[in-house]
Amino acid sequence: MSNWIKEIEAPTERKWEEFYRNRFAHDKRVRTTHGVNCTGSCSWEVFVKDGIVTWELQATDYPQLEAGLPPYEPRGCQRGISFSWYLYSPIRVKYPYGRGALLDLWREARAHHADPVAAWKSLVGDPEKRKRVQTARGKGGFRRVSWDEALEIIAAALVHTIQEHGPDRIIGFSPIPAMSQISYAAGSRFLTLLGGVVMSFYDWYCDLPPASPEIWGEQTDVHESADWYNARFIAVMGSNLNMTRTPDTHFISEVRHAGAKLTVFSPDFSQVAKYADWWIPSHPGQDTAFWMAVNHVLLKEFYLLRQVPYFTDYLKRYTDSPFLVEVKNARPDRYLRAGELRAYAGEENPEWKLLVWDAKTGAPKMPGGTIGFRWQKVKGKWNLELKDTKTGEEIDPLLSLKDVADGVELLEFDDFTTGKTLQRAVPVKYVQTKDGRRVAVTTVFDLLMAQFGVDRGLGGAYPQGYDDEEGLYTPAWQEKYTGIHRDTVIRFAREWAENGEKTRGKNLIIIGAGANHWYHNNLLYRSGITALMLTGSVGVNGGGLAHYVGQEKLANQASWSAIAFAGDWKYPSRQQNTPSFHYVHSDQWRYERGYKDYDRTVQAPSDHTIDHQVRAVRKGWLPFFPQFNRSPLEVVREAEAGGAKTEAEIVAYVVEQLKEGKLEFAVEDPDAPHNWPRVWFIWRGNAIGTSAKGHEYFLKHYLGTHTNTVAEEVANGHVSEVRYRREAPEGKLDLVVDLNFRMDTSALYSDILLPAATWYEKEDLNTTDLHTFINPLQAAVPPAWESKSDWDIFKALAAKFSELARGHLRGPVRDIVMIPLQHDTPDELSQPTDKDWKRGEVQPIPGKTMPKFRVVERDYTRIFDKFTTLGKNLEETGVGMHGLSIEVADFYRELAAKQPRQYGEDVLPSLYEARQVAEAILHLDPVSNGEIAYRAFKDEEKKVGLPLADLAEPNRGVRIGFSEIVAQPRRQLTTPTWSGIILNGRAYSPYTLNVERLIPWRTLSGRQHFYLDHPNYLAWGEHLPAYKPRPDHTMLSETEVTRTQAQGKLLNYITPHGKWSIHTTYSDNHRMMTLSRGGYPVWINDKDAKELGIRDNDWVELFNDNGVFVQRCIVSARIPRGTVFVYHATERTVGIPKSPLRGKRAGMNNSITRTRLKPVLMSGGYAQFTYAFNYWGPTGVNRDTFVYLRRVEEPQW
Amino acid sequence: MNVRAHMSMLFHLDKCIGCHTCSVACKNLWTDRRGTEYMWWNNVETRPGAGYPTGWEDQERFRGGWERRGDRLELKLHSRPQGLANLFFNPALPELDDYYEPFTFRYQDLFNSPQGDDQPVARPVSMITGEPMNIEAGPNWDDDLGGSNLYAQNDPNWDGVDEDILAQMGEIERVVFNYLPRICNHCLNPSCVAACPSGAIYKRAEDGVVLVNEHKCKGWRMCVAACPYKKVYYNWATGKSEKCILCFPRLETGQAPACAHSCVGRIRYMGVLLYDADQIPTAAMVDDEHLVSSHLDVILDPFDPQVIAAAKENGLDDGWIKAAQESPVYKFVKVWGLALPLHPEYRTMAMMYYIPPLSPIVSTIERGLVKLDLPPEKVDFELFNNLEKARLPLEYLANLFSAGNVEVIRPILQKMLAVRIFKRRQSVEGAVDAATLRLLASVGLEPETAEAIYRLTTLPTLEERFVLPPYHREMAAEAWNDPLAHKGEVGVGTIELPVRGN
Repeated sequence: MSNWIKEIEAPTERKWEEFYRNRFAHDKRVRTTHGVNCTGSCSWEVFVKDGIVTWELQATDYPQLEAGLPPYEPRGCQRGISFSWYLYSPIRVKYPYGRGALLDLWREARAHHADPVAAWKSLVGDPEKRKRVQTARGKGGFRRVSWDEALEIIAAALVHTIQEHGPDRIIGFSPIPAMSQISYAAGSRFLTLLGGVVMSFYDWYCDLPPASPEIWGEQTDVHESADWYNARFIAVMGSNLNMTRTPDTHFISEVRHAGAKLTVFSPDFSQVAKYADWWIPSHPGQDTAFWMAVNHVLLKEFYLLRQVPYFTDYLKRYTDSPFLVEVKNARPDRYLRAGELRAYAGEENPEWKLLVWDAKTGAPKMPGGTIGFRWQKVKGKWNLELKDTKTGEEIDPLLSLKDVADGVELLEFDDFTTGKTLQRAVPVKYVQTKDGRRVAVTTVFDLLMAQFGVDRGLGGAYPQGYDDEEGLYTPAWQEKYTGIHRDTVIRFAREWAENGEKTRGKNLIIIGAGANHWYHNNLLYRSGITALMLTGSVGVNGGGLAHYVGQEKLANQASWSAIAFAGDWKYPSRQQNTPSFHYVHSDQWRYERGYKDYDRTVQAPSDHTIDHQVRAVRKGWLPFFPQFNRSPLEVVREAEAGGAKTEAEIVAYVVEQLKEGKLEFAVEDPDAPHNWPRVWFIWRGNAIGTSAKGHEYFLKHYLGTHTNTVAEEVANGHVSEVRYRREAPEGKLDLVVDLNFRMDTSALYSDILLPAATWYEKEDLNTTDLHTFINPLQAAVPPAWESKSDWDIFKALAAKFSELARGHLRGPVRDIVMIPLQHDTPDELSQPTDKDWKRGEVQPIPGKTMPKFRVVERDYTRIFDKFTTLGKNLEETGVGMHGLSIEVADFYRELAAKQPRQYGEDVLPSLYEARQVAEAILHLDPVSNGEIAYRAFKDEEKKVGLPLADLAEPNRGVRIGFSEIVAQPRRQLTTPTWSGIILNGRAYSPYTLNVERLIPWRTLSGRQHFYLDHPNYLAWGEHLPAYKPRPDHTMLSETEVTRTQAQGKLLNYITPHGKWSIHTTYSDNHRMMTLSRGGYPVWINDKDAKELGIRDNDWVELFNDNGVFVQRCIVSARIPRGTVFVYHATERTVGIPKSPLRGKRAGMNNSITRTRLKPVLMSGGYAQFTYAFNYWGPTGVNRDTFVYLRRVEEPQW
Repeated sequence: MNVRAHMSMLFHLDKCIGCHTCSVACKNLWTDRRGTEYMWWNNVETRPGAGYPTGWEDQERFRGGWERRGDRLELKLHSRPQGLANLFFNPALPELDDYYEPFTFRYQDLFNSPQGDDQPVARPVSMITGEPMNIEAGPNWDDDLGGSNLYAQNDPNWDGVDEDILAQMGEIERVVFNYLPRICNHCLNPSCVAACPSGAIYKRAEDGVVLVNEHKCKGWRMCVAACPYKKVYYNWATGKSEKCILCFPRLETGQAPACAHSCVGRIRYMGVLLYDADQIPTAAMVDDEHLVSSHLDVILDPFDPQVIAAAKENGLDDGWIKAAQESPVYKFVKVWGLALPLHPEYRTMAMMYYIPPLSPIVSTIERGLVKLDLPPEKVDFELFNNLEKARLPLEYLANLFSAGNVEVIRPILQKMLAVRIFKRRQSVEGAVDAATLRLLASVGLEPETAEAIYRLTTLPTLEERFVLPPYHREMAAEAWNDPLAHKGEVGVGTIELPVRGN
């Protein structure tokens, strides 16, 4: 045998080996990353050979964090490594395209009109021509067009829209700036300079966890993945780490070997379940019930039967649990305000300071750190010290009043599963107010004990023990919702608490879209966060809530936002919360009867969501564009014609007009043609494709083309604040422009398609919350064919627009911009009570009882100059974030010297090239400039009154520029623009700055909130953590028509993030198609399949009233019964046959969905419930959807 | 003693996330050409499952590897005289349906379709015929238990697993899967080499890499059939066979193979093993039960002075010996006894090694409710005393990695759990108690060893995972060219593709 093995081959026989060596030989390696919406931010090396990108491999030179943590290398997954396919693939957009129907009409109009603007006006002014353009959308017929012609059409449409309707009818959607910050900023800067509308993404994608603003006053702040390695008990829920956090997952597999216990909650046996010690297959969307029962056990065994000093101390200092709450009408009501008591009546902001019961003095005391201290004139008291701010004495707040109570009162607690209220006693103290009122108060902690049903012998309807199946929130109670045995819940809760006690809070919840996309996601999150707070786990390395859904942390947000939203030119940006926008403008509100159908509240309101939406806009709670039923430019002209000159006079005119009803908010009549959005820019995203919840309604009402929806309108008669027009408009948009490197669904349905450079062909910046490095994008090769970077495309458009403006929009024009009350500003104190000026309950006062208005001057001929130059306002006002204001004048001047650009008389920093934008961002931000970090801490010190700048001293000299991050990934600095201390390689864990340095959370109490006392939360019964049942198919009214056609089974439709794509990116990539099933398969359980007569790989049709989807099926035992999975996200461009039921091409994953908003999340003008872009507002939930499934014999193409 | 060096890879399956980044890295570099569409030199399989090509482990059909016939080891495919007779007819060859018909889509129709009355779409088309097709197979078709009733249920490695347990594998109580990444095993006793009628396949003396000489291959495809792992593929465009080359151009320049480099789960380790070539014939001949131990005995201790002396005699330099001593693969395989070859019963003596995975504890159903089947006593990781309650049955793992011998698998899983218990005690309680030390000792571990296993499992840097020896290519080139001349000449000239019939 051994002589068969030719081990020694003659060297000359081995010369052929160069065949493979030659293949591996390459000409260049370039560091870049993928500007993709996965939160990965992986450093890659792209290999270039013969001027062609041939492949990519991960860069592995991340600096190490502290000893004892695994390294980050290599970061990069199956999707990222297949990107090079796109560059030269047949789906690459190589040239500008326009749809034939549009081009023909345009050229015809242009032949009659020398002026492009006049030509556009003639085209869109003719209903028949407009219709021809609209009905052609998505039906093929693309033609190549020159850059010049494409830009001229777009610029003409913009000028015309500004003239005819106002700039706030121009909208733009691009998601997740962190993934390619400069490309995002290109469009948002251009739109803001025009006065157009920049649309949010985080809330629309339902990636924003509203529980985070509710509890922490923070959009999202989470652990870098290396910090998972510090945890010792990990619960993963609704987050398929292997699929969605592919480059980070090794920290999970590794920390298990470091001794951590891993518990995975998912209804299917998921990829991450394979690592679990315990896999807990709780029913879809029912995690709340599980965690509520866990909290019941925690409170009983670790707060009542035994006290753990670490937990108790944590709760007192870092949560609102010791704060006093008034009891009114046998219900918990608002926090007792310090100003109510004589002792504190003279305080500034008395309505915004809260009280605790001090054990030592036996009296209510006022600690600092509540929001009143944040925005008062005297600074330095906004901190978490346990001292009475008036006397300076130490206080020891009581968690419970039980031992000092004046008595007990029976209060109502809500059981939303039965619709009944439960009477349970809580201990109370009676306090005398300055007006002589006798007020009963209790603590948040006492309310928690009652809410969770922990019987302390006070009386009332408490459960009879863990086995009480009817006892709300007991381990036995949760069984019917989760399908998990009570013993498992109890065992889990005990181990959770013991781990928290022994490790001082190294309990970690990793959570994701599988949890956050449910209608009551805020309650789901609050139930888990409650278990974290009860074990002292937030603000600890290795502990807390790690939410990873699409956010991607824009680390250098302080400087970036000034550029992205033209703050450098002092322009306020029209920032729109997209869920409200699409709910209203795409007319999805017309297909529902309102929230009473799907949301259970205490007071059973009979209201429609759109009515609540309208009120939220006029109270300044949420933005809405267009603003008015007239052009904002026209409104200013009217004011000026009436004699108004100053901003104040113009605003006064507008308020008067609104009050008298002579001017309306556009949201009150969204279907009137003068209130339609007209021109839509889409870049870096798939706004018409998978980003369109209610996609089929988009096709119908926005685009005016074919659609597969069969839903009937039902809103008529149910609405009161909004004008219902009998005919729903079809085709609101005049022009849709898409910038793209691939032909995705949005590209296919757009009018003009511009070829964008790929991530291997441009300069940009990329950051993430999953690690603390800043990564560059760099051009390995020039933009292929006729493509250009997003920065260069918007720059070219700015030039073309400015040129056309010289003929049409000469001279300065004044615009009035409507802005809702803003988080992290004194606006947070504007509405201590909820009053409606329209109903005469208060006066309309801008910035107080209604939105703010700013009058700005726009010179449309100088858009290009401003776009390419960093404006002087930065020199004057510095950069800021989270209420900080940081001086950067000297660095601004340094930058002007390094990259000068003439602007009128001045020499200012140039933003002409994307690389210069990158340098500006890095040079002016605290995460990359140590001196600016130092100044930021100095500013924070003033507010907090405690030393902080020592945290910035060690890195004060650090300056990270573009060449530094090209050489090697560089770590961000510790700054107060974020909440983690990351000195000396320490892993980022959120809120460590709050816990260790006593900086308050940006909430009402300055602490983490168990309790939420906004009037809406009281009315919705969400003032305390609670369980509300999932809306079922009878509540959702989206199978009413379909039910009659149904031949199949009604299933819950779940769209988890997938393995073979990042949203739709890569989903059409040949590599990913080959490694999966060559399509967008529909996963169902094997027994369900058998009942339906479906075999593996059969074609199936999914349908409901919203739309239809047709694909092949995967049958698998790992899928739970009663559900159907379609992994997020699909395109309708590749491999989609026609629908046998509806006759037309079947749609995509969001064809099945429709938007439903949760009104309580529209609350505003009140502490942490105050609007900020992508921070607050209702979210675009999509998980509670039902669908029929049936087999298809033979697909038709 | 005939000491040779081998470049070996180790896969820590407990860490594998099944992402397939490795597969794409490999494909981009090596098999992105005409004729190689269906080749996946590196693939990742969901287990239980059918693998790629479908059902490759069914050696009754594919007849790969070796068979003991009396005191001789013979190719399962055929004896040598039969091989010659079968040159033009090889019934054991996998066919297109065992792989898949490569497909793509008519993406260009999205740009070129004239305006119609409905939306255009990119239809699936065959990469072979260019015609529309219905996609019915792929290289990873049963990924994540897709079609579990057809594929996972029929995995041959269920052999010997209790019927009741098997029935539960399709239920919530026990459903489970893991991943198995596979490359060429660069075997010590490669059946592909033995089966090649042209003598085109060889195992490199310096590092053990098995290569198909693209100049000598005549496309007989005996290697395709003879390889029990189905890791040699026939290139229909060149008429030659090709296979994983262990990225030798990267190894030779001090870089790990692309699949290992790109492994984002950090499950792969790469290092030198020294082995005694003289022992191969006897090691491959023992009973199934002793195959693992005889296989591992062939691997030598790089610290043993006798081994070092013999290695030097065979031309191995200090750099390679040092690499062997620092080899993470050596530590996992030999020092700690945590890793095994895949299907040792094929007797090709695969030189890639696997650490078998842990899996979650099983559940029971009570009143229709899921209840974790936890023992009442408190143990940090309950499986330690209850390995039969792991979702992935020991018998299943034994069929993959130890020719069915469960007693080879059990201590490995227990050692992993013992290290976890040790580290949990240390980090949660602050100190390790006597009971934990006894527990460690019961699986033959000292605290220092447990710590070392922990560190190499979780904390290794790139340099610690991939300990690559100095190749001294100047000395290789010198065999046929002056290195100085080579410096000036290498890469000059045109690349010659293998041509059918050459």
